[in-house]
Amino acid sequence: MSTNTEYELREMANRQGQPFGASYGKLLMWFFLISDTFTFGAFLMGYASSRFSNIETWPTPEDVFDTIPVPALDSFLSMLGLDTHHLPLVFVTIMTSLLIASSVTMVRAVQEGIQMNKSGVVKWLIPTIIFGAMFLGCQYYEWTHLMHEGMTITANPFSNLGEFKDTGVMGPTAFAMFFFAITGFHGLHVLVGVGLNIWLMIATMNGRFEKVGHYEMVEKVGLYWHFVDLVWVYVFLSYYLL
Amino acid sequence: MSTDLTHGHDDHGHHHEDTWLTKYIFSQDHKMIAKQFLITGIIWAFIGGLLSLFFRMQLAWPNETFPILETLLGKWAEGGQISNDFYYSLVTMHGTILVFFVLTAGLSGTFSNLLIPLQIGARDMASPLMNMLSYWFFFAAGVVMFSSFFVQTGPASGGWTAYPPLNGIRDISINIGSGLGFDLWIASMSLFIVSSLLGGLNYVATIINLRTKGMTMTRLPLLIWALLFTAVLGILSFPALLSAAVLLEFDRILDTSFFLNNIVIGGDLLAYKGGSPVLFQHLFWFLGHPEVYIIIFPAMGIVSEILSVNAKKPIFGYKAMIMSIGSITVVGFFVWAHHMFVSGMNPNLGIVFIIFTLLIAIPSSIKVFNWLTTLWRGNLKLTPPMMFAIGFISFFIFGGITGIFLGNAPVDLPLHDTYFVVAHFHVVMGVSAFFGMWAGVYHWFPKMYGRFMNDTLAYIHFWGSLIGGYLVFVPMHFLTGVPRRYYSFEQFTTFDIFQDVNVIITLGAFLVFATQIVFLINFFYSIFKGRKMTSDNLNPWGANTLEWTTPVERIHGNWSGDIPQVYRWPYDYSVNGNEINPQTKPLEEGEEEH
Repeated sequence: MSTNTEYELREMANRQGQPFGASYGKLLMWFFLISDTFTFGAFLMGYASSRFSNIETWPTPEDVFDTIPVPALDSFLSMLGLDTHHLPLVFVTIMTSLLIASSVTMVRAVQEGIQMNKSGVVKWLIPTIIFGAMFLGCQYYEWTHLMHEGMTITANPFSNLGEFKDTGVMGPTAFAMFFFAITGFHGLHVLVGVGLNIWLMIATMNGRFEKVGHYEMVEKVGLYWHFVDLVWVYVFLSYYLL
Repeated sequence: MSTDLTHGHDDHGHHHEDTWLTKYIFSQDHKMIAKQFLITGIIWAFIGGLLSLFFRMQLAWPNETFPILETLLGKWAEGGQISNDFYYSLVTMHGTILVFFVLTAGLSGTFSNLLIPLQIGARDMASPLMNMLSYWFFFAAGVVMFSSFFVQTGPASGGWTAYPPLNGIRDISINIGSGLGFDLWIASMSLFIVSSLLGGLNYVATIINLRTKGMTMTRLPLLIWALLFTAVLGILSFPALLSAAVLLEFDRILDTSFFLNNIVIGGDLLAYKGGSPVLFQHLFWFLGHPEVYIIIFPAMGIVSEILSVNAKKPIFGYKAMIMSIGSITVVGFFVWAHHMFVSGMNPNLGIVFIIFTLLIAIPSSIKVFNWLTTLWRGNLKLTPPMMFAIGFISFFIFGGITGIFLGNAPVDLPLHDTYFVVAHFHVVMGVSAFFGMWAGVYHWFPKMYGRFMNDTLAYIHFWGSLIGGYLVFVPMHFLTGVPRRYYSFEQFTTFDIFQDVNVIITLGAFLVFATQIVFLINFFYSIFKGRKMTSDNLNPWGANTLEWTTPVERIHGNWSGDIPQVYRWPYDYSVNGNEINPQTKPLEEGEEEH
């Protein structure tokens, strides 16, 4: 299975070893993720500081995110007899579940990769890609819906004094600014992740990793994908739940 | 099945043919990338130094005219006097260039690339491709920054710290450099952050995973430890600047108000509302403070190596050195707000930052004492690198002491934004880091180019820089009440008494700059014509570290045979009756392992 030349084997024997039991490729990914954590951390800290300086008027999240912006889903839920104009945080819960589900399928893909099962990797990458793309679609609908309600990166009609339509009072723009900046930056990460997963699937189908002798690339992309999910959990927590 | 080394850089073997393009331009060999970083850094240092001469001339002789300035700068110095708009561009670009392009990329970029693989016994970096990209992102950042000199409204002029609201509004009527010039500044810094990230990830992964057999973490040269912590600092702190830069650019082009609130220009209230300029300062200094350690750590590491080699003594307190540099790394993340004592931050918060800031003095002093103790009763060989290393210590002590003043909020309040601060940070992270860098260049020049630099010119360079450096910055400490960033003090007659001091400082600056020309001549002449390194003198300084075991020809893959195995730490100088005991030398009978 291994394609190491004699030269490479001798080189390896001349090494001190890997302190964390991880190849340098995985280390690079880990350190990148730690770095990226600080990028998101800076955004979320900025968000927290703005929120606390606008604490009197900061909108209550469940009043802002209380509809189902995807038309098909909306009519489906209406058919079940739900009041789709007041379902606080249901939609974002669905989005979160999509990402978490994609993490589960990614774990399976990594597992199949460790067992060198080519078709298994492809089989589990497909739902991962689909869930990721669905999440992006949901984000598209959510943004469109909010913009339709008058929320742009420089204007925010929501405040805890009631909705703009009813009161004519604009809320703190920081809410809208940070919403688009943070979810946008996260969405960009998901987009990159979906792109990586598609590339990974094609490379797997072409037998690239069988030739190399291992599926470590699946593990590395998997690390990235789980990180993106984990970040979403924090975004979800600080933007929607708190 | 193996889990590493199968990532396909087979070019470690010796069957690889290089074309001119892959050897000199898009090289993936760490030694060539190091040289690229060094020469780019030198070019930027020259530009940045020249800019400082321009504004020093304005400060020393505010009413004189120098026709040469109009020749060089055109409309920015009409009639031979720097315009006040351009004065601010000069100080901004001087700061940006020297801090990021010279002392970050030029210093840690050069020595991390050159010495990490050579000193730990690796064929190359973990990812040579990423390493090459790191250089080219840096190059692109440089191109973008340089192009900003040629835009209609001039380069960024709101200070290298890029504070909003001055830089947050795209209105050139208040700050001329806040037009396209500042957009280019942000674009350039973003590219630079990517470069630094690619480099840093690579350095850390290489040090952790690619050490040769026997090279345990506690046998690493202190320089490698310093570069490791430098990379860690970069990985963790630059993201904050990235976030801040992105949000700042949103404020500028999308009219958001992340960092802006109730701005009034010419009596009109602008629409920005709800943002906080102090938030930007927090994000900026979360990078900005660790950045000074990113600058000084490689210099510290270089000095530790060179002192030990040239004193022919084991470095004093090896583990204490590692622990102090490690604790500076950790505590260094909790001191950033000492740059912000006057910016409207809650004064109670200041107390925390005072305590942490003063705590940093302890590990810093441990390092200084260990260097001095290493010199104590050593068999000193005063080679040029050794002179520069000793010069580093003198400047580091000098600048470190004034840091204690500034770390105290009550003392900082009157000193903030005066020339005392300028003098402090130039000495402790500017001149010191430069001395470390020069020491490194002289010491490892034979490793880079296979030739030696001229010693006489090197000593001239040393004494000129040392005397010039003190001539500039000792008098500057006495401009304690004079505010920095003023174009002219004509309106403030109180400061007339300082005019002579300003002239002395400017003359000192000219002396330093002239001395650097000696260095440049020496450097470029020696690349082509210097005394050759021969294969019977592979270890000219008598060092124990691994880089001196490689052959004269600087080959891809570093060692022609197997990589050398390591049996001891790198500081076994003057033990067992031998002056040097290379790391590759097996332990003698009964010798204790280190």
